[in-house]
Amino acid sequence: MSKRIIAAGVSAALLLPSLALAESNQEIRAIRRELESMREAYEMRLRELEARLEQAESRAREQTVAPESAPVPTPQQPLPQTAHAHAPRSFNPALSVILQGSLNSYSQNPEDYALPGFQLGGEAGLPAEGFTLDETEIIASANVDHLFAAQTTIALHDDGDETEIELEEAYVDPLALPVGLGGRFGRFYSDIGYLNRFHPHAWDFRDTPLAYRAFLGRQYGDDGVRLSWIAPTDIYLSLGAERFAGNNFPAGESQRTLGDVQSLYLKLGGDVGASHAWQAGLSGLWVDAHDRAGDGHAHAGEADPEASFSGDSTLAIADVVWRWAPQGNPRQRNLKLQSEFFYRDESGDVTVSEGAASGLLDYDGTQKGWYAQAVYQFIPHWRLGLRYDWLSADNDLSVLDLGGFADADDAVAASGLNSDGHDPQRWSGMLDWSPSEFSRLRLQYNRDESRADDTDHQWTLQYLMSIGSHGAHEF
Amino acid sequence: MGRRIAALLVCLAAWLPVDSNANLEVFACEPEWAALVEEIGAQRVEVFSATTAQQDVHHIQARPGLIARVRRADLVVCTGAELEAGWLPVLLRRAGNPAVQPGTSGYFEAADHVTMLEKPASLDRAEGDVHARGNPHIHLDPRNIEHVASALGDRLAALDPAHATSYRAALADFERRWQAARARWEQQAQPLRGMPVVVHHPSWVYLNQWLGLRQVTSLEPKPGVAPTARQLAEILNLLHATPARVVIRTPYQDPRPSAWLHERAGLPVLELPFTVGGSQQASDLFGLFDSTIALLLEVQQ
Repeated sequence: MSKRIIAAGVSAALLLPSLALAESNQEIRAIRRELESMREAYEMRLRELEARLEQAESRAREQTVAPESAPVPTPQQPLPQTAHAHAPRSFNPALSVILQGSLNSYSQNPEDYALPGFQLGGEAGLPAEGFTLDETEIIASANVDHLFAAQTTIALHDDGDETEIELEEAYVDPLALPVGLGGRFGRFYSDIGYLNRFHPHAWDFRDTPLAYRAFLGRQYGDDGVRLSWIAPTDIYLSLGAERFAGNNFPAGESQRTLGDVQSLYLKLGGDVGASHAWQAGLSGLWVDAHDRAGDGHAHAGEADPEASFSGDSTLAIADVVWRWAPQGNPRQRNLKLQSEFFYRDESGDVTVSEGAASGLLDYDGTQKGWYAQAVYQFIPHWRLGLRYDWLSADNDLSVLDLGGFADADDAVAASGLNSDGHDPQRWSGMLDWSPSEFSRLRLQYNRDESRADDTDHQWTLQYLMSIGSHGAHEF
Repeated sequence: MGRRIAALLVCLAAWLPVDSNANLEVFACEPEWAALVEEIGAQRVEVFSATTAQQDVHHIQARPGLIARVRRADLVVCTGAELEAGWLPVLLRRAGNPAVQPGTSGYFEAADHVTMLEKPASLDRAEGDVHARGNPHIHLDPRNIEHVASALGDRLAALDPAHATSYRAALADFERRWQAARARWEQQAQPLRGMPVVVHHPSWVYLNQWLGLRQVTSLEPKPGVAPTARQLAEILNLLHATPARVVIRTPYQDPRPSAWLHERAGLPVLELPFTVGGSQQASDLFGLFDSTIALLLEVQQ
């Protein structure tokens, strides 16, 4: 019935301009009459439904309210109409869309971006210069039934002239696991480190720390399973293990049925008084990488070299977060301190290709990095942030096969894994304004010394807008 | 290495929580519900309040310490109606406790048991912090406390059937004391009927309805949106035409807008306890209403 009305309405709307031109007043009257009669029928049906609803409600009231002990309600306060009714008044599933865009300026060419000593993979590059639409995220989540809950995040972003659709996460959480056990399966971000599980819109800066860029290709997510457990203690203690296929950086192409990537983590957390709260974690990621692709180091005017790694990669992360809010009320002022330390050991083969040349290197390296940041909300809606990043690589590389490269130095340089003693570092300052929980405008400056010789002054003006269901106040 | 740790994980998982002396562990989102559970559960329950009167319940973070508490809870008691929308779902999702998920008997929403006021006709975020089911600050009408107490008593009895009679007896005792107190408050508050007030945030609609206070305006132009200087100046103009007796706010709300109004309009500012723990006198539910009414009567005279 209502569908017919909508159809009639839509066709009427479409017809209106032509009707005006055609001066067919009679037709208008006829349609009007028809709509009128439809509306009457519709209203009658509505009244009928209302009456039935009222009856049902009064029946429910008799059944659910006023057990013998209930007090007699005062006349001016009617009894609840929705007693025990658990119907959520929101959409099912909960939907939200997050719009993000920015204006970026760099003093160096973002195409040349490199972190000497580190293979850049995943989404480790810089956003394009000028006006860009970063990622538009569509998030849907709901309980599937009494046993499962599901969530998916679909990101749309531009790659050249085309809009790419990326399924960032699509996972299922079992709801009924006993004794503090939790699980997840599908595609999801690993819970290693502190920042890894957060989507870009929840970051406190416009970009990830350099360590995430270098060690995890921005952040590590893959297809797999997780089992976690929370201890029944006053202090928060959680242990987790994840198994991933190994199709994304820092892995390459998945080879084994049960996956190439294993993670383990331990998280601790608690409150200190009413005003302080903390969380600390230790994580390990064991990767058996097969043909892990990444950009090499380009020489001016030459074809972009590529380096592909196969071998073992073991990463350890220690993280700590400390939050302060006066009396535990973050609305007016609050401070968040956060730091993570990364250590990685890698060994295996690297295939370097540049133009027609394709050489093979033996690679054994250790890398470390850390960052520390502070974000301070000094008045409601306004936050200031400061961050420092540091990375260092100590890689041994020897040529197994020159494969067309002029000499060993040439092949090693093209791999990008030779840091030449340069330790990338970066200072970042951020100011953001969030008029509500759903919108944020941010200005950020990076003094980026990733490259060996040149300091890049990076400026970003960014917006983040969230529509739809209420987001979570994650710690 | 990985296998050894996995084995350790399984061993730890089998390590079940140690029983405490209390029969039920209750996680209350707000101090008023913690106090109510204590009235009915007495020594049979161990209650943890996730928030204090100094905190704005809309803006709590899902801290690890809270996740650990939900993990152990037998019952979660919250206001509901989206008041805790930003953090409670995260706690429930991450705590790994199937016994307290929405829809189970271990999950209790107070808003299910009262008549909600200020149900929005339409939902639009441009209108500020509106809640689809209505204004969630339901606890400042003692009649609502009665409705919730009765449902909560049933719930505790159902969760711990061995002691059902003692919960029911405690409930009956609480109801008797509460009804006597309410009659006294209503008597005392007679002079407050019709008193014009300015509020910081619509936190007081249920108190207004019960005592017949007349809300002239709210300092926040829209719920949850801080007023600008110009909007405060407009309120000052409004107050020339429709004078109010007092500005009321909670302990956690920004004192500056009401202080501004106090300076310009000479309007007294009253920080009411708002919930249990909001002032020294408000150490329990009875004290909360005793001191709220006493403070209002002071400015009325």
